[in-house]
Amino acid sequence: MAVVGDTAPTFALPDTERNVHEPGDAPATVVIFTCNHCPYALAWHERTVALARDYAEQGVRVLAINPNDSERYPRDAPEQMRARVENGEFDGVPYLHDESQEIARAYDAKTTPDVFVLDSELTLRYRGAPDGDYEDPSQNATFVRDALDAVLDGREPELAETPPVGCSIKWK
Amino acid sequence: MAPTGATLLLGGRCSSLEPVRVELLYWPGCPSHEKALAELRSAMSELGHDPGTIVVRELTTDADAEREHFVGSPTVRVAGVDIDPASAADHPVGLACRVYRRRDGRFAPTPDPADLRDALARAVTDAGTPHEPSELAAGRA
Repeated sequence: MAVVGDTAPTFALPDTERNVHEPGDAPATVVIFTCNHCPYALAWHERTVALARDYAEQGVRVLAINPNDSERYPRDAPEQMRARVENGEFDGVPYLHDESQEIARAYDAKTTPDVFVLDSELTLRYRGAPDGDYEDPSQNATFVRDALDAVLDGREPELAETPPVGCSIKWK
Repeated sequence: MAPTGATLLLGGRCSSLEPVRVELLYWPGCPSHEKALAELRSAMSELGHDPGTIVVRELTTDADAEREHFVGSPTVRVAGVDIDPASAADHPVGLACRVYRRRDGRFAPTPDPADLRDALARAVTDAGTPHEPSELAAGRA
């Protein structure tokens, strides 16, 4: 289970082109559990992609992970993930498949979306929702941006944890 | 005066008809149904319907979903018709959160309140012959 202040679980997961990605080797890494079929994940999606774009120059990595059982939820199947990537919906964000669901369990992820911000040492500095309102694009993933700004400045985020909001992860 | 019973006033016109059956079907694994119910109640009140008549039904099994042709939570049906048929056709039957589009294109876990109001108004219009208010006042409606 990922606890703020502890070292986050590491992983090596394939993206939609079978390239393997691991957290780290960056001043900060954002791990976001997300999926294709959840309206909350979709409502927040553009904000998280914008965040990846805005922090790329500072070396921040954003990794999206789909942990859902794609047998019961075919919209989360690898080919559906690839279709979204090919459609340009994940610009700059590798979309990884947690087929075994081991990584979601290791992080104790609850929902899609559920966001985790790691510092350069892979210490967990923030976990929770992207921001306070999935309906309000102007909130602009501010919980995550504030946490990233703190991590990049060498400070503790003022808000280290918020309740995740979204669809339950579809466990096998 | 607020309409009562089976007489509903909509947009300055009225219809004599049976009460419209409004259902909200939900799966508790998705957290959106309470917001959807509140917005549905509000839409019904705005249009002169009694929000207390909403039939709320919880579905918890795959068998429930199959039987009800449930394409995601929440689903709102007015007079047996899904309030967003295009979205319904785009979702497989099953226990999941349903994806809606707001009128400005944003994704959302609940229907656009304007779509709720339109569906309610459409059901009333479809169900009865509209009459001018003067006909109602004259007892001819």
